Amino acid sequence: MATYSTNEFKAGLKVMIDGYPGAIVENEFVKPGKGQAFNRVKIRNLKTGRIIERTFKSGDTIEAADVVDAEMQYLYSDGEFWHFMNPETFEQLAADAAAVGDNTKWLKEQDVCIMTLWNGVPINVEPPHTVTLKIVETDPGVRGDTSGGGGKPATLETGAVVRVPLFVQSGETIKVNTRTGEYISRV
Amino acid sequence: MKSDASSDWRPSATLEVLRLRARMLESIRAFFSARAVLEVETPALSVAATPDPALASLTTRYTGPGAPHGQTLYLHTSPEFAMKRLLAAGAGSIYQICKVFRDGETGRQHNPEFTMLEWYRIGMDHHQLMDEVAELVTQVLAGNRQLHPSEKLSYREIFERRLGIDPHTATAADCAQIARAQGIAIPADLLEHHDVAIWRDLLLSHLIEPELGRDRLTFVYDYPASQASLARIRPGLPPLAERFELYLNGIELANGFHELADVSEQRTRFERQLHARAASGLPPVPPDQHLLAALARGLPDCSGVALGIDRLVMLAAGARSIQEVVAFPVDRA
Repeated sequence: MATYSTNEFKAGLKVMIDGYPGAIVENEFVKPGKGQAFNRVKIRNLKTGRIIERTFKSGDTIEAADVVDAEMQYLYSDGEFWHFMNPETFEQLAADAAAVGDNTKWLKEQDVCIMTLWNGVPINVEPPHTVTLKIVETDPGVRGDTSGGGGKPATLETGAVVRVPLFVQSGETIKVNTRTGEYISRV
Repeated sequence: MKSDASSDWRPSATLEVLRLRARMLESIRAFFSARAVLEVETPALSVAATPDPALASLTTRYTGPGAPHGQTLYLHTSPEFAMKRLLAAGAGSIYQICKVFRDGETGRQHNPEFTMLEWYRIGMDHHQLMDEVAELVTQVLAGNRQLHPSEKLSYREIFERRLGIDPHTATAADCAQIARAQGIAIPADLLEHHDVAIWRDLLLSHLIEPELGRDRLTFVYDYPASQASLARIRPGLPPLAERFELYLNGIELANGFHELADVSEQRTRFERQLHARAASGLPPVPPDQHLLAALARGLPDCSGVALGIDRLVMLAAGARSIQEVVAFPVDRA
């Protein structure tokens, strides 16, 4: 079992916390002049994104997490698994619903995602920052409105629903920010 | 240490901060000159080291005349032992501004080498010295920081006010319960620790220190006897160490003692610290025989204090980290 001592702590280091992999976000060394030194550490759970705070006695060790990020191209879903391929090695990997989570609504065939692997198993899938998707359904807008104010919901080919300006119509392709879920522009 | 030489050749502090630092050093020297306190220099290298288990000395080797096969020398973690030898030799009140070295300490408020101001006042007890520390810090920060009137709180008071416990009677289990209730997440192996001193340090560093000295100088005094370090212990129930610390805006600035002068008590503390080192798996170090000889000769009644200059500059400059106030911190050294 690989371990890290508190002296190896730095932002980005992948460690096991509560039986799940996390990434160190912040590491603060505190020490009363004549007393025990501690490391106060903020760790981001790699699945939930939640930040956890932990205190270690300086010199203590923590289990390392075998975690790597890989660029993977999304292929298709069979309903139970989402299948991805490494574009360089052509190796294929299947992510389950827990790993894909809400991001399933941004997954479009051929798009390259960042997949987080823990001991070789996908635990998280991050879609590209922006994706280009086709509108499959939206109310016909008011003709001539180009202001973009107000807006209306539009359902995209992947099932995501985003607010779009009134002038954008069904069948059009738009660019969306996957981090905020906001419409960026028509393509 | 990882370093990118192409950009890291530059100082991490601005030249403006370095000029401020120089002015503050001038102000400190003027303060002592006005009080006829003598500036002294003592060696940074010694054949002896502090056995304090909370301090790790850096070592180096000297080979040459007098040591043909090489000899381990320790870089001082503070100039305390050598300055006490000067006091025993009759130097009177003295001060020193020097670099000191501590292994294992790098962080927002720590650099393994840092600048310390240490001074000793003959005939003063720790309360009188606290007053002088307040005068010095107020003078040096004048023009950079407005301070409310200083306050003095006992170690017991800071725990009672913030956490409602008496640190002198609380057990490790009491402290653990408070730590949990206050949301400090502690790994299981630390929870099994029964040494109450570690728990007091945990509560102090996480919950109390950050709130000490809001725009004022807060002195904390009368520490548990087990944390006496080199301070006198005043008998009583409980016995208390005549030691103090100074905080400003949550930063520990200074640590002072009504100095222990009893040589047999000093020898006993060295032995106890050496045992504690061994129990924690720390390497043994040679205790300072010169200090013991000087104490045997007689240390005048005095109080002494060490103040971190870099942290004082941080407070004057409004800097968030020590790296902003030293030209080249360890990762650029």
